[in-house]
Amino acid sequence: MKLRDIRDKTAIAGVGNTPFGALYKKRDPRRNAYTLGLEAFENALEDSGLHKEDIDGVIMSRIPSYSKMCVMAGIKNPRLTNVLEAEGRMSGIALQYAAMAVYTGMANVVACIYGNDGWSAGATYGSEPQMIDSYNSPFGMTSPGASLALMWQRHMHEYGTTAEDLGVLAISQRKFASMNLNAVMRTPLTMDQYMKSRYICYPLRIYDYCLINDGGVCLIVTSAERAKDCKKRPVYIMATGQAANHTPYYHAPDYGWNAMKLVADQVYTMAGVGPGEIDCAQIYDNFLPTVMLSLEGYGFCPKGESGRWIRGGRIELGGELPVNTSGGHCSESYMQGWALHAEAVRQLRGECGDRQVKDCEIVQYICSSPICSSHILRR
Amino acid sequence: MTQYTKPLPTPDDFDKPYWTALKKHELRMQKCVDCGEIWFPPTPVCPACLSHNHEWIKLSGKGKIWSWVFFHQLYFPSFSDEIPYNVVAVKLDEGPLMTSNMVECKNEDIRCDMRVEVFFDDVTDLVTLPKFRPDGSAKPGS
Repeated sequence: MKLRDIRDKTAIAGVGNTPFGALYKKRDPRRNAYTLGLEAFENALEDSGLHKEDIDGVIMSRIPSYSKMCVMAGIKNPRLTNVLEAEGRMSGIALQYAAMAVYTGMANVVACIYGNDGWSAGATYGSEPQMIDSYNSPFGMTSPGASLALMWQRHMHEYGTTAEDLGVLAISQRKFASMNLNAVMRTPLTMDQYMKSRYICYPLRIYDYCLINDGGVCLIVTSAERAKDCKKRPVYIMATGQAANHTPYYHAPDYGWNAMKLVADQVYTMAGVGPGEIDCAQIYDNFLPTVMLSLEGYGFCPKGESGRWIRGGRIELGGELPVNTSGGHCSESYMQGWALHAEAVRQLRGECGDRQVKDCEIVQYICSSPICSSHILRR
Repeated sequence: MTQYTKPLPTPDDFDKPYWTALKKHELRMQKCVDCGEIWFPPTPVCPACLSHNHEWIKLSGKGKIWSWVFFHQLYFPSFSDEIPYNVVAVKLDEGPLMTSNMVECKNEDIRCDMRVEVFFDDVTDLVTLPKFRPDGSAKPGS
């Protein structure tokens, strides 16, 4: 079947989230994925002007039981219910599934709900007993961060990129977070501090790793027509796509570029725009090399050139392509892509205050991982 | 001998030949009799053509380092005495990529594309792990 053109047929009508920085001040064992998801859902409903009764589809992630979540939110008979795995790659997929459901009429208004209590629950990514496997753990190998460290090491070897290149990105994202009242890490970072910071998995340092914090995010998706009657200006889904890169390890010798190219070709064709027309990008930064590999994989710059390309303010406010304007996962909040979606919507609505990108009309979301996904959104 | 506390493999029905071969100091992987694909980690059928017909061929044990890292963060308490320890991704001459550690080599001497050969590390009476050392390290007769 031919890929049908869903450009501008669906829209994000509401976004909501919990506080991030405030919750990071103190762990609270009473907090859980449900309470965080619920708070985000209430805020997204309020933001959209829709009522709970309007919701007829629910897609969740990192929330253990869809039933319990729906009971708590009072969503009794949705026509679509599912919970996706807790991985961050599912945030983009949740939005994509919601758009597909709305476009086909399988649901009219879909709430995509996410809750993450990793901070209060004491999550230790990489040390979980279920991560033990026969081919990696006996050698002490664990955590996607180490896979990104392997890829970045190889990238530096092949292309001459450097540790300082990641520092430029870390500093830029922190600068954005300093303009974001809700961010967890708001103190500006210097290159000296970055270079002197401790290694987690050499060649990656602590500032190259995402935060661990509590929070929830909700996105409400409906048809473009219906979104026009909602409280805020609609954010249209121009294009969305995904392509997987199923290999035995999280690290891929091709850096994931083959999958990224498939997604890039789909979303740029569907949207009818190219990398040069993107006003601002929200790029999944579980670990900072992921952003660099994505910039190259989507054609913002040639392969191997990201280190040079991001310099000189190009990815900062006022630059050619502001990247991760909330501070991203490494400085704002580790909401596994969900908060990057919220930031994309708010940039397009012009709600971002000091960090607002001027004349922001088109934003691209990109997540590069074993499932690569991307959307192009417009106001 | 002090007790070995690091994570150990948990062989199952279809990857048992891999671990049994290592115990005999042989690196064996599955090769499809029908299409010639060599793959790793072990899976029940050929991922290239879904044939159920495969043999466990003996590999050269040679390859090169695709990439490498040093773990500074402690994830497994049993590795605490070795931090920072190396982890390498070795691209075998026959194709597959495998995770391992470099031995008989200082961490600072590890490089991408360095030629390496397998070293069979008998970590317990029952388990041998495939580690790697610089190619040509083997002494004649050893």
